Amino acid sequence: MADAGTLLEPLIPALRRFAYALVRDHDAADDLVQDTLERALSRWTLRRPDGDLRAWLFAILRNLHVSSLRQRQRRGPHIDLDEAPPPGIAATQESGLEMQDMLAALDQLPEEQKSLLLLVGVEDLSYDDAARVMGVPTGTVMSRLSRGRQRLRSILEKGLETGRTTLLRRVK
Amino acid sequence: MIGEDELQAFIDDRLDGERRAAVEAHLAAHPELRERIAAERRQRALLRAGLQAKFDEPVPDRLRIANLRAARRGLRTRAWTNAAAAAAIFVVGATAGWFAGGIAPQALPTAAAPTASVADGATAAYRTFVVEVAHPVEVGVQQEQHLLQWLSKRLGRKLAAPDLSRFGYRLMGGRLLPGGSGAAAQLMYDDASGRRLTIYVRAADGTETAFRFRKEGDASTFAWIDQGFGFAVTAMASREELLPIAEAVYRGFGS
Repeated sequence: MADAGTLLEPLIPALRRFAYALVRDHDAADDLVQDTLERALSRWTLRRPDGDLRAWLFAILRNLHVSSLRQRQRRGPHIDLDEAPPPGIAATQESGLEMQDMLAALDQLPEEQKSLLLLVGVEDLSYDDAARVMGVPTGTVMSRLSRGRQRLRSILEKGLETGRTTLLRRVK
Repeated sequence: MIGEDELQAFIDDRLDGERRAAVEAHLAAHPELRERIAAERRQRALLRAGLQAKFDEPVPDRLRIANLRAARRGLRTRAWTNAAAAAAIFVVGATAGWFAGGIAPQALPTAAAPTASVADGATAAYRTFVVEVAHPVEVGVQQEQHLLQWLSKRLGRKLAAPDLSRFGYRLMGGRLLPGGSGAAAQLMYDDASGRRLTIYVRAADGTETAFRFRKEGDASTFAWIDQGFGFAVTAMASREELLPIAEAVYRGFGS
């Protein structure tokens, strides 16, 4: 069997991208990826050898993200010492205001639509793999995808009509 | 007839030629729908393009599988091997040593380079913060648990603060620093007379090296690499004073 490191390393850039789009904070995103990789290593022998490794990792990451969202809801808003966004970085990496608007609009979607748009539209997971990651039937994936994309479009269009200020980044 | 599922697959470029042509024909006949689908395709392209920079970033050290594994292995085996490893490492240290200056670089063992760079980082950080009066540490010892959790998370390695009270040093707190291509942690201690000592940790190449000693001005440093991490203990102290402390720190990082 191929070594876990050899199989995992090439997938890390995609995991970082997915995590960043979900949490919109560079350090918090890498924390999430680190937790994901640690969990994957500790359960390496339990994974289904015929299953798609990428889908399995995205599923771990997304589950960790969802449970930390739930925790945060229970505890109320909480700012960690290292959670303050590093100044300047976001602006250089998300090219342009249009991109900022896009990510801000994406943040307004419910988690299950947001994750799905990223898994399918950016990470190129098949509809079946995306369904496995989200733990829903493929039919649900298709209808959520449709609803999510239309909602994203209407958020962006509303933003353009009423001016950019309505799309201020959601305060975490 | 064209269903919503097929429109989604069209947006994702996942239709074969025939179905794709059918969707295109349908859209040509329905301008409003065509506009909607075109907008959603643009959104998808914009999102991909915008996130590409994140994908292209180099992966930080703390996410490298070798480092994550070293940390895991460390947690499992440390308790058993610490005593033996500590004994062995000092034997190697005594023969290999670290001769700062005087000996040509090629005469040094190859493992010296990462250790030297850890020692460099540790000494620079020591010089910067040990003289700091107002803010010697970023997080104080009152929040020790938070400090250690935070630094552990950023380093990718469980970090404990070794108890150095039998040498007269108590923990003041710590801070996060840039180190190599990732983050470094500095823990600061002081004794009753206000003398300060630092422990410096960051990811480094290599599994295990001997202790390396170096003295720069008044500051003495012992540095070593263990399972993918570099450690350094720095203080205004002689080699003889610092050695037992470095030894205790080496053993202390097992917990």
